Amino acid sequence: MSVILVFLTVVIGFSFWWLSHQRLMSKPWLEHGAALPTTDVSYMPTAKVALGIFLAVIGSLFALFASAYFMRMEYADWQAPPLPAVLWFNTIVLVLASIALSCAVRAARENRMDITRLGLATAGLSSIVFLIGQLAAWRTLSAAGHFMDVNAANGFFYLITGMHGLHILGGLVALARVSAVAWRETYCSARVRLGIDLCAMYWHFLLFVWLCLFILLAGWAGDLVAICRQFLA
Amino acid sequence: MAVALVLVLVVVGSILFHILSPWWWSPIASNWGYIDQTLIITFWITGAVFSAVVLFMAYCVFRFRHREGVKADYNPENKKLEWWLTAVTAVGVAAMLAPGLYVWSQFITVPDDATEVEVVGQQWQWSYRLPGQDGRLGKSDNRLVTYENPLGIDPDDPYGQDDVVIEAADLHLPIDKPVKMLLRSIDVLHDFYVPEFRAKMDMVPGTVTYFWFTPTRTGTFEVLCAELCGTGHGYMRGIVMVDTEEDYQAWLDGQTTFAQLSAPTTVGVMDADEP
Amino acid sequence: MVDATPHAEQGVPPAETPELELYHPKGWWTTYVFSQDAKVIAIQYSGTALAIGLVALVLSWLMRLQLGFPGTFDFITPEAYYQFMTMHGMIMVIYLLTALFLGGFGNYLIPLMVGARDMVFPYVNMLSYWIYLLAVLVLVASFFAPGGPTGAGWTLYPPQAILSGTPGGQGAGIILMLVSLILFIIGFTMGGLNYVVTVVQGRTRGMTLMRMPLTVWGIFTATVMALLAFPALFVACVMMLFDRLLGTSFFMPALVEMGQLMSYGGGSPILFQHLFWFFGHPEVYIVALPAFGIVSDLISTHARKNIFGYRMMVWAIIIIGALSFVVWAHHMYVSGMHPWFGFFFATTTLIIAIPTAIKVYNWVLTLWRGDIHLTLPMLFSLAFIVTFVNGGLTGLFLGNVVVDVPLSDTMFVVAHFHMVMGVAPVLVVFGAIYHWYPKITGRMLNEAMGQFHFWVTFVGAYAIFFPMHYVGLVGVPRRYPELGDVAFVADSVHSLNAFITIAALIVGFAQMVFLFNLVWSLRYGREAGGNPWRATSLEWQTPTTPPPHGNWGAARPIVYRWAYDYSVPGAPEDFIAQNDPGPQHRGAV
Repeated sequence: MSVILVFLTVVIGFSFWWLSHQRLMSKPWLEHGAALPTTDVSYMPTAKVALGIFLAVIGSLFALFASAYFMRMEYADWQAPPLPAVLWFNTIVLVLASIALSCAVRAARENRMDITRLGLATAGLSSIVFLIGQLAAWRTLSAAGHFMDVNAANGFFYLITGMHGLHILGGLVALARVSAVAWRETYCSARVRLGIDLCAMYWHFLLFVWLCLFILLAGWAGDLVAICRQFLA
Repeated sequence: MAVALVLVLVVVGSILFHILSPWWWSPIASNWGYIDQTLIITFWITGAVFSAVVLFMAYCVFRFRHREGVKADYNPENKKLEWWLTAVTAVGVAAMLAPGLYVWSQFITVPDDATEVEVVGQQWQWSYRLPGQDGRLGKSDNRLVTYENPLGIDPDDPYGQDDVVIEAADLHLPIDKPVKMLLRSIDVLHDFYVPEFRAKMDMVPGTVTYFWFTPTRTGTFEVLCAELCGTGHGYMRGIVMVDTEEDYQAWLDGQTTFAQLSAPTTVGVMDADEP
Repeated sequence: MVDATPHAEQGVPPAETPELELYHPKGWWTTYVFSQDAKVIAIQYSGTALAIGLVALVLSWLMRLQLGFPGTFDFITPEAYYQFMTMHGMIMVIYLLTALFLGGFGNYLIPLMVGARDMVFPYVNMLSYWIYLLAVLVLVASFFAPGGPTGAGWTLYPPQAILSGTPGGQGAGIILMLVSLILFIIGFTMGGLNYVVTVVQGRTRGMTLMRMPLTVWGIFTATVMALLAFPALFVACVMMLFDRLLGTSFFMPALVEMGQLMSYGGGSPILFQHLFWFFGHPEVYIVALPAFGIVSDLISTHARKNIFGYRMMVWAIIIIGALSFVVWAHHMYVSGMHPWFGFFFATTTLIIAIPTAIKVYNWVLTLWRGDIHLTLPMLFSLAFIVTFVNGGLTGLFLGNVVVDVPLSDTMFVVAHFHMVMGVAPVLVVFGAIYHWYPKITGRMLNEAMGQFHFWVTFVGAYAIFFPMHYVGLVGVPRRYPELGDVAFVADSVHSLNAFITIAALIVGFAQMVFLFNLVWSLRYGREAGGNPWRATSLEWQTPTTPPPHGNWGAARPIVYRWAYDYSVPGAPEDFIAQNDPGPQHRGAV
């Protein structure tokens, strides 16, 4: 359970940092009047705050999968499947999607509609390519006989990549809605800008999750743990 | 008034119930008297806290119940009082935790002279295995379980040949000898539970768990399963008899070993059932 | 006293926000069924939770009948008993208490108490309820599935949960259970995001965190915990579904069931237990923290006195919330995990008793020199303290690793957790309903029926669960449909069991009176007015009662003080509402 505990330490640390700006030491019974210090309700758009918290939930989900992966790995029958080469390509494609969304964010801020649309389209298409690539990876594995029920390591591979893919798929729905508005409008309204910001945030986070998962599934994380353990011993 | 009275009655009633009721733990039959003592300490501390809090509440309800024209005090906090209460609580908690951890460290430290006894749980019966003459248990694996080899003992392991197999029958233990109970399951989670021994532990298929104790009194004790294991969970019973040394030897001589159990057919059976 | 009014004007979002993005219902369906109004959603959540809770209550009667009078009721076979037991536990913990405290009270109280017009995402909030309802329906469907619902115990421990030796294990029961839980978690996450973000972003002007009523603090912290802890249950459920349907071996070791070697191999049942309790322990506090918060407000209001040590109360809630993530394995002392964990988890578990004890002290110290009105909410609060202290203290037995060894998996555990997370929070639920019913409906609940309900429930529940500890102490294991004749159990224990069963039936009957009262008072209850308890917090200051969609009429309230200005020296009344600017400003603002 070490991965989830590390993750939670970060989340709880962040929460305490936020709480420490909320004057938790103040004595409310001495303060009368319509006080509203600047640190109170934040000026961040509510949707961004909500997405931030939602990403913490997603992070917790994948951290738990990683924890389960490490705990299951300790057992004797563990045999990780070979890493399909297509995953490297997929990773690059997903990085591309993230970069495209970053460009879209900047272009939207500068109100350059054509580049914004280009960025959105690139992100959407490369995400779809990523999903197809993931399916290809599944096919490669199953063609080589690495089925889900043969070994728990295979099961984890399908389960974790599938779960990540589902989150990308959900993001694509949101991206499609933002894109539809972006194509309809002639200038970048605040609404579109916010939508693109949110998509970018989500994609960056899922890219980060994917990189962690990639390290995990490639077996490097396990090696790292083994090295650390040796170092400690 | 009535409310305060009921609160007092709850405290008095609970204490009287604790003292007067006939329901108490069964007389201990193992070395784990320390566990009982830790439990008693906990009873004293928690009982005192419970009585204090509820009686204080009863007094408040009686003394400060609503009266016309009386206004409540305005008292947002009292730092000193709160820190004092925190400190006292911490001391009380430590007074329970310290003996608890001390006894736990004994509980998990198996003495070197403990003899090993394996308990094997399966839906819904208890079987046992003793290490035999060589004092060592042979390897085992659930994949080797067959009708002839109900405990899944590895026939290729020489240590396993002289193991005494007791399938779905009573276990006997010699008095005053520490035993390390090795716990294994063929199918689902079980828990080897003899109330008089105080100790217990889950049995988990795929791994071997353990606990240790020393039987301190002869007699017949019932074994129950204490981890839900399916429909028959409530009926998964067994018997452990703690014997004097002579009775124990007499019983042991009448048992069959794994070699005797599987002698005529071992090889053929194994070949046929290997997946 | 610090007066912060003058410099608070710059850079502050205007208080008179228009009713910006509220979706206004156009017809009956969108007003009462597919409503986006948090208050309607709250009532839908509560109604559904109480309805399914009623099922769980009936199941508990059936179990008690079997335990009290074994062999008398032929239709309660061991299979049926385990199915009743599993469903009772799961419904009560997840579908009743979690849904009621967070979905019900959270939805109703958070926006009103922080001065918001609604939750920040009303549409998502509505979806949350409908997914919850779907989860409940899937759960109910398992009663009618071939083989019946799962009988694996609410902990659903593998391997038995998905094997044929357990009712529903090889049928549809366990699958429906897992799917229902997954749905519940998805629905809850939608609602939970709303509750948290509304507290963070939706507070009205002047409502600093340290001015919030403790109810909001409790629900807020519990929701944050639930958002982070429920994924653990989600992961466990998904992986178990894979094991059951796709033949993976995440949790399943090599095993021989009924003489049949299964195709599983190498998996770890302990892994499931870690995941389950990583959710399961925070879950205890997810239920307890809202109860803590609510009971603080009830005591303060009805004792006409500020809650004693407000800051300590807030800090204790936060500390309990954080600590509850590092105590999970105290449910696994006898699971066969590495014995060294016992030292760590016993220590953390007993440490968490300290902030909890502080909360108890502060509740009873609030009564000291108070002006205690023995109203129904106050009675239920007092009863909560008694049962919670009792159940909390027996937690010190079970949390202390070596003491847990003889007691684990006995009726002592059953008595403990029913007292601490069954009876205690449910008493708060009742107190809260008696307290807020006038705001929700505009009418008071009937006092006579309420008194009857209170006395039978409190005394009865104590009579059920206090003696049950001693049944466990004798050594009677839990989850046994019948014990039979066992040497270490005296015959008198069987009589005690029969007594407990009769008490349980009576307490159950009293709940029918309560349900009847809920309906009866809707029409015949005394008119309540806007603020019958003369309380300070914002929900009692709405322009109309019951509050309409949007809550506040033309302008949201401005908050000038904390929620506990009761019996302030020099004030004309014994309470000052949170949106009361006070004598020196009353003319100016």
